Amino acid sequence: MSYLELQDLHRNFGAVKALNGINIALGEGEFLSLLGPSGCGKTTALRLVAGFDRPDAGGIVVDGREITNVPPNKRDMGMVFQAYSLFPNMNARQNVEFGLRIRGKHKGDGSKRVDDLLELVGLSHAVDRYPHQLSGGMQQRVALARALAIEPRVLLLDEPLSALDAKVRVQLREEIRRIQLELGITTLYVTHDQEEALAISDHVAVMYGGVIEQMGTPAEMYTAPATPFVAEFIGTMNRLDATVLDGTTGEVEHSGLRLQVDAARGRRTGERVLVLIRPESLELEARTDGVPPNSFTGEVLTQTFLGPVTRVKVTGTGTSLIADMSTARAAALPVGAQVVARIPSQGAKLISLPDDGPGLPALDPDDQ
Amino acid sequence: MVGAFQDKANHATFSNIHLLFQHPYVDAYWGSLRISVITAVAGSFFGILVAYAAIRDGTPRWIRSVLTTFSGVAANFGGIPLAFAFIATLGPLGVVTTWFRNGGYDLSVRWPQFQLFSERGVELAYMYFQLPLMILVIAPALDGLKREWREAASNLGAKGWQFWRYVGIPVLMPSFLGAFILLFGNAFAAYATAYSLNQGQNIVPILIGNYYTGNVLDNPHLAQALAFGMFVVLAVMMLLYIPLQRRAARWSK
Ligand SMILES: Nc1ncnc2c1ncn2[C@@H]1O[C@H](COP(=O)(O)OP(=O)(O)OP(=O)(O)O)[C@@H](O)[C@H]1O
Ligand SMILES: [Mg+2]
Repeated sequence: MSYLELQDLHRNFGAVKALNGINIALGEGEFLSLLGPSGCGKTTALRLVAGFDRPDAGGIVVDGREITNVPPNKRDMGMVFQAYSLFPNMNARQNVEFGLRIRGKHKGDGSKRVDDLLELVGLSHAVDRYPHQLSGGMQQRVALARALAIEPRVLLLDEPLSALDAKVRVQLREEIRRIQLELGITTLYVTHDQEEALAISDHVAVMYGGVIEQMGTPAEMYTAPATPFVAEFIGTMNRLDATVLDGTTGEVEHSGLRLQVDAARGRRTGERVLVLIRPESLELEARTDGVPPNSFTGEVLTQTFLGPVTRVKVTGTGTSLIADMSTARAAALPVGAQVVARIPSQGAKLISLPDDGPGLPALDPDDQ
Repeated sequence: MVGAFQDKANHATFSNIHLLFQHPYVDAYWGSLRISVITAVAGSFFGILVAYAAIRDGTPRWIRSVLTTFSGVAANFGGIPLAFAFIATLGPLGVVTTWFRNGGYDLSVRWPQFQLFSERGVELAYMYFQLPLMILVIAPALDGLKREWREAASNLGAKGWQFWRYVGIPVLMPSFLGAFILLFGNAFAAYATAYSLNQGQNIVPILIGNYYTGNVLDNPHLAQALAFGMFVVLAVMMLLYIPLQRRAARWSK
């Protein structure tokens, strides 16, 4: 039984179809991230749920009650904005208290609730400070406590961490998740950061161009992307544009090379497919005499140190590939070294491409 | 300033200051104060309404730029040209007055309390620069009201008026007080407009001018005393303003 439902939501701004049929069903107490690149409609969807904007078609249901036309101040939704949403003329405590004051419930139990929330977000020591005296991270903690104070039915967060620096971002996202689990509050979380979405969600919905491309658990999204876009957007992925040579053996061809990919078994011969290989399942070795089967040969173009692993970019005939390997092993393959990259026949995934459709959508390299 | 405390032979005296509390000088101060307060209050009130209407979401951008440009010009369009513009339109022989009279509607008969050369008339002329000045000064403050605040308030259950009561007005208050004092001072010190419209109009800058130009009495020390009086009035206003301002803006320091 789902608690929050978005039913076929449409929203156009002039010629721009910001939302083009969004369907989501979320169980009570679950945490769903809306993930997608800039302009894909995430904020628009969230604002419809909060009631700041109305859909052109479709409906929103919370706990069995249709709320599509309920004004925002009667919806009992807690919203956390990207930044600068605290009332500047009120200190932290007064900000958190605001919703209760409006309801005339800020005395007695309400007052205790405010104290508890400030403690929950770790701000008991700063209750008297005004917003401009708080760091960005602290401001967002206050904003979270303020949204939670009214015991909202749904918690909505629109890129609440995107204005913070990397370290605070990771720390705060874990706290948001901890508090969400502790209170068991149904949560809709908007982000363009795939790592963040995978780290803290029960479900992730990847949006692109006003539609949901795929929805699933973080593990499903990572291991079994259903569309080329999702494959590209979640994690780093090597993508080889290929044609099925033999559907029974699982042989495909990519720029003159024959590769064995188990996932290609049962495909129609001549079908265009995308072979997807995660960088961590690509095996790189120094090149010796002869080329082992299912391999590319190439040269190390760059090495990027990522801590425990090093990301090695290899370029060969018509293709470049990315492999993640232990930093210790990568030391043996310096820039310029001749290497072979073995494609694991089991680890690779396959997505069908339209026979003559467009290739992949272009992506902002920053998202990688 | 020292001159305010000297007589014609440059001997120290309080007699000039003492004179300020006599007719007609004290009346001139009241007249100036009245005009300044009335035009500052009216200018602030209508200015903020106009600026808000222009700035709120949903008003086309071009209205805003036209308004700002116009205000920029109008706020600086004071003095004699402004007065003559008013005389030429609303004076006894002005375009509008004549037009009405020809249409069989004699303003001076039907609406006798309106006289351009009266105090109301001077106030009306002042409004012509007070209103745009308020718009210019308050528009950036209104612009600074973030959409997130309004949305957060409504999200937390507040109605429109509750947003203004708890957030909008308190946040604007420091800028508003500053703008008000500016309008007050602006009107209090304005000379040329009133001078041109003046016919026995009794306000302080006119008197000062009269004494300096030797119109009435040849006593520059009295003029200096009058100026000193204006300075005192403005200083008192500042003394009232500073603590108010500090209180209104205590959350921003
Ligand atoms: N009020 C509006 N008027 C006109 N167009 C709008 C409006 N709001 C959103 N859009 C358009 O709708 C599309 C989706 O916008 P939206 O803000 O939902 O994107 P987003 O996924 O939140 O992006 P970002 O990551 O940049 O915040 C964009 O093309 C945007 O330009
Ligand atoms: Mg957005």
